[in-house]
Amino acid sequence: MPERAKVSTAWAAEAAGRPGPAQDGGTGAVACASEFEPVIGLEVHVELSTKSKLFCGCQAAFNAPPNSHTCPVCLGLPGVLPVLNRKAVEFGIKTALALNCEVASFSKFDRKNYFYPDLPKNYQISQYDLPLGTSGYVDVSVDGGMRRVRIKRVHLEEDAGKSVHESGTITGSSFSLEDYNRTGVPLLEIVSEPDLRSPEEAYAYLSMLRSILRYLDVSDCKMEEGSLRCDANISVRPKGSSVLGTPIELKNLNSFRAVEKALAYEFRRQAEILARGERITRETRHWDESRQVTVPMRRKEEADDYRYFPEPDLVPLEIEEAWVNEVRSTLPELPGVRRERFMRDYGLPAYDAAILTESKDLADYFEAAVAAYGGDAKAVSNWVMGELARLMNATGTDIRDVRVAPTALAAMLKMIDDGTISGKIAKTVFEEMFATGKEPRQVVAEKGLVQIVDEGELARIVDEVIAENRDVADEVRAGKDRAITFLVGQVMKKTRGRANPRAVNRLLRERLSSG
Amino acid sequence: MKITIADVDHVAMLARLRFDEDEKAGMAEQLSRIVEYVEKLNELDTGDVSPMAHAVPLRNVLRDDEVRPSLDPEEALRNAPDREGDFFRVPRILESE
Ligand SMILES: [Zn+2]
Repeated sequence: MPERAKVSTAWAAEAAGRPGPAQDGGTGAVACASEFEPVIGLEVHVELSTKSKLFCGCQAAFNAPPNSHTCPVCLGLPGVLPVLNRKAVEFGIKTALALNCEVASFSKFDRKNYFYPDLPKNYQISQYDLPLGTSGYVDVSVDGGMRRVRIKRVHLEEDAGKSVHESGTITGSSFSLEDYNRTGVPLLEIVSEPDLRSPEEAYAYLSMLRSILRYLDVSDCKMEEGSLRCDANISVRPKGSSVLGTPIELKNLNSFRAVEKALAYEFRRQAEILARGERITRETRHWDESRQVTVPMRRKEEADDYRYFPEPDLVPLEIEEAWVNEVRSTLPELPGVRRERFMRDYGLPAYDAAILTESKDLADYFEAAVAAYGGDAKAVSNWVMGELARLMNATGTDIRDVRVAPTALAAMLKMIDDGTISGKIAKTVFEEMFATGKEPRQVVAEKGLVQIVDEGELARIVDEVIAENRDVADEVRAGKDRAITFLVGQVMKKTRGRANPRAVNRLLRERLSSG
Repeated sequence: MKITIADVDHVAMLARLRFDEDEKAGMAEQLSRIVEYVEKLNELDTGDVSPMAHAVPLRNVLRDDEVRPSLDPEEALRNAPDREGDFFRVPRILESE
């Protein structure tokens, strides 16, 4: 069960400088780690991208001015009634289906009771014993193989507000500031079984989950904006053992890398303690990004006691087969299936297929380009994963904002094939297309980049280069074959890359062997 | 079932209520009687009865995903005991160390 709200209370004590026992996970851990294995489960919260909140009509917006999207319902004023957002339920069912869950035919909401300033009602409406989805799985490719990660449950709940602390940390503040815009935004909680066996697998699972959620278009999954959050459970046991160790809960994992690093750190720490013959104490620990360690969170003396009970203000959900089937019919081809198809239909290596299908938009782009090109799909893949990805990264451009239409990329590839431009020049052409959105033909014409196909013109330039580099030409004649590379380079320079290096090589050889 | 003083302490702590010793004894006594009364239900055989999720026989009350106007921040903050700008200002979250 989530208790995100309480996270901030306890870790602050550590952040404020109380040393934790984290220092014990140091040297020597690596040596003993090989005798142990980690058992990892992840609890992921995603904000659903509905227009309005889960139980009221307030806009579910990110980054709005403080408290500009609140109403009596989400502020928890007396006498109001929540009404469930149909879209949020649909998104929940859609996700449950995509994660191969059983969708509950009967589901209900429950109150989770606790006090925290970001929770104006003093309870969170969540789902306890009858979640929307149960018993699913996701297939994740790890280390060349596949691992089936079971999904324990998928449920709907409302998000809490955002606390802003006066001096940046809770402990340094004499008060906190509350913004309730996020209060009541629909969240989907997705809990995996402890089926992950390494930090890398946890990373791969998260990536796959995010990819699926984005394909479904139910969440934008931006960890930096908090629309995807992750907590982890990790226990460590001797390799080969089937007994579960004492689980440690990890919080404050603010990026996929943080999840991976915190798990790796925690595995080493626990393995070392076990190797010393000591016991692991059950606790919640906080990832300290700046020190790259986990530290125990200071717990309040009270045990968690949320006193769940059925939410009397909401009537239960009866999800009929017809509704489930209707939602099922809207499911897109999911990344795992699409990856298999890319390998089968386009003959792509697993690596290419995995990268291209990670994002639906990228996969759509690739397929549109292949369809327009009609040639070797691997050539398209090389350009998409090579130059296009490089330029997107360098400029921070999303695939949806790329100005090169898939048809334009296809047209450029055809120009390489028919010899209009060389593969080398194509990179220059593509950069210009990327920057300006121009068609390849226009770029080539404007920049005078057409490959020199006229033998006579090329021969003239070759003769010029030989005349200007008599010493080198003599070396070639004398049998120093490698010297020819220099002459080819000179011709390419003179033609600003517009010559076909193979033709240049041939012309040079003709002249230098007969001369 | 007998409700002990420790039970009262626990529930009072969860509800952020404070009682003196006399009040606690009174609470333990009253709560015990209430729970005993409810225990009468144990005399019934409920083996074939599924747990009731709601007292009203309604299902699937849903609304379309449409944005409706929110309160003006001024209005939202009108009952706030304390504010700073358009934020609610609340006492520091951690009790003293
Ligand atoms: Zn609202």
